Amino acid sequence: MDFWAWLILITKVLAVFLLFAIGAMPLVLLERWILGRMQSRYGPHRVGWRGTLQTAADGLKLGIKEDMIPGQSDKGLYWFAPVMMVVPAMAAWAIVPFGPEVEMGRTIGLWIADLNVGILFFLAMGSLGVYGVVMSGWSSNSKYAHLGALRSSAQVISYELVMGLAVLAVIIYAGSLSLIDIVNAQAGLWFIVPQLIGFLLFVFAAVAETNRAPFDLPEAESELVAGFHVEYSGMRWAFFFMAEYANMLLMSAIVATLFLGGWRGWTIPGLEALTGVIWFLLKCGLFMFGFFLLRATQPRFRYDQLMNFCWKILIPIGVVNLLIAAGLRMAWS
Amino acid sequence: MTVESGMASARVDLERGSGDNMILNMGPQHPSTHGVLRLVIELDGEEVRRCDADMGYLHRGVEKLLEVHDYRGGITLTDRMDYTSGPSNNMGYLMAIEKLMGITDEIPLRARYLRTAVAELSRLAAHHIWLGTHGLDIGAMSAFLWSLREREKILYLFEEACGARLTTSFMRVGGTGPHDVGDQWLDNVEAFLHGYTLDEIDALLTENEVFIERTRDVGMITQEQALSYGLTGPVIRGSGIAWDLRKAQPYAAYDLVDFEVPVFTEGDVYARYLVRLNEMYQSKRIIGQCVEALRDLPLDAPSNVDLPQVVPPDIGRVPVDMEAMINHFKLVMHGVQPPPGESYFGIENPKGELGFYFVSDGTGMPYRCHVRSPSFVNLSIIEEISVGSLIADVVAIIGSVDIVLGEVDR
Repeated sequence: MDFWAWLILITKVLAVFLLFAIGAMPLVLLERWILGRMQSRYGPHRVGWRGTLQTAADGLKLGIKEDMIPGQSDKGLYWFAPVMMVVPAMAAWAIVPFGPEVEMGRTIGLWIADLNVGILFFLAMGSLGVYGVVMSGWSSNSKYAHLGALRSSAQVISYELVMGLAVLAVIIYAGSLSLIDIVNAQAGLWFIVPQLIGFLLFVFAAVAETNRAPFDLPEAESELVAGFHVEYSGMRWAFFFMAEYANMLLMSAIVATLFLGGWRGWTIPGLEALTGVIWFLLKCGLFMFGFFLLRATQPRFRYDQLMNFCWKILIPIGVVNLLIAAGLRMAWS
Repeated sequence: MTVESGMASARVDLERGSGDNMILNMGPQHPSTHGVLRLVIELDGEEVRRCDADMGYLHRGVEKLLEVHDYRGGITLTDRMDYTSGPSNNMGYLMAIEKLMGITDEIPLRARYLRTAVAELSRLAAHHIWLGTHGLDIGAMSAFLWSLREREKILYLFEEACGARLTTSFMRVGGTGPHDVGDQWLDNVEAFLHGYTLDEIDALLTENEVFIERTRDVGMITQEQALSYGLTGPVIRGSGIAWDLRKAQPYAAYDLVDFEVPVFTEGDVYARYLVRLNEMYQSKRIIGQCVEALRDLPLDAPSNVDLPQVVPPDIGRVPVDMEAMINHFKLVMHGVQPPPGESYFGIENPKGELGFYFVSDGTGMPYRCHVRSPSFVNLSIIEEISVGSLIADVVAIIGSVDIVLGEVDR
């Protein structure tokens, strides 16, 4: 790689990183505003113009809080767990295509890496994230955190199967593991049309994987207080928070890429890249709104119900769906 | 063994598990124990093997305090027992005193209607807190805020009627004391009732599949259990026993208004949920009828019993009228003095039967006062019905039994 290729790569990595460092803030604010509206209250409206600086202020507060480590905890793991949460959530963004290729002297793809096993990389990073949860629950040496970690590992591992089955059906249609190829394969028809069941399975699994309502058992406020991260505070807690949002955004991006044609949509000639990114972000935003809506309206599942739902309903449907998709594919070709 | 060391060893036993089970300490600081209840739960995985309720963290000695205050001075203490429904507590306290004095039948009609209306408003307010927190325990966030928004309107009505929102001390011995309401308040109550609906809650919880899954067949209480534990209120009516003191021993104006007692037979958390939800609609009916009856009464109808030894005179007359001054002085210095004897009176508080027992020795202060608080009695069933359920169910069960720790510990 020459100098310019390196520069472009570093720029892209920085851009994606900044998207989180800065982009997560308005997102949190948005969630609180939307939740506020849904619950007939205002949401943040004091700090800055109409509360726009609320999350910045919260972040500052968390940053300058005392760094506390419980005396009975396993210090090394306790320190490492938040890192283990954030890093995989961020790393998975390397394979997400934000838009089409751009011609600027040379061809630049609006993604960090075009891995030929991109979707596997995404699943692998999702699996790594659960280590952070288990580590935090174990190292805190707290019963509530312990229960939360147990729940979370069981939940994430189970729902990964559902997610894998849904992804496999898409791969059968696209014929490739690369996310860019998958987006290109949706030029004619978005995969949500032939794979509506797969889409729904993936959405269920995505909500469960990110530990959001109604599957937020690992951090169930009313039973486990805060679940696996109950002993964390300050910046370490903020890492868990960031990881949750990074995961939510990642899941939205992957759903948009796999089922809604990624950056594809109506476009203006000459501005394909810009409209592509806008389409992509709009589709992500749709799912983020879905996450917020679920949180505002749905009660929480119980642990056994969650497991029953996964193993007795979703996985059989996923297997049948996969077989049908494979059969149709065989009939086509 | 002294008493103290006996208690200490009981505490240690509470925290000792059997075998490999985990002992989880829930509370007294825990978001879902509705105050400062402490549950020591023995867990096998997520399944509850044993549940011990440890209470007393909010003990303020209300019963003893009632014995060292005169009868009128105790009213404010009763507000602070079940702090979600102050007026109901006031009413139970005062009706027991009135029974002791033998003036129950002399309470004027206006006071009876007004007491009923305010007690039912407080039932609505208390049930709204229960509804919100019960939903929150199960994870439904919006229901909490929507429910408390409705409660807020009721608190505004209290504020308008007597100046206080939570600790109203609305009533006095012999009537409603200085608190009488005008047409404006009745208009406001009617406006509130006119727009009052629980449709939003129905959409969020009652018909929500996840909510039904979480509450159906959870925390079953059989009829036998309900009777043997002496449960009252919505908890027993959720187990198929139509026991409501408002119907069984009508007091205030409950024999003059038309309402039904919702009963569900399933005995699970959802049945208790439906009982309370339907009760709220019945409360709305009762309040509407009371407001109409209050409108029909003449404007100068008395709201206090006409007995100088019970009700203080109009304060404007005190400096100019000798009789009024003596009367006022006697009441302030000696208080209301019931004849020697004892009385028990129970009313249907939002949580169940709230009973006050008084022994009078003829002075201005009760010789002995005991409170039969519904939350305390209903709490006792939690230990039994939690066993065998999951930890998430324990939270749902606590919410469905609807305890207020201020009343449990007193």
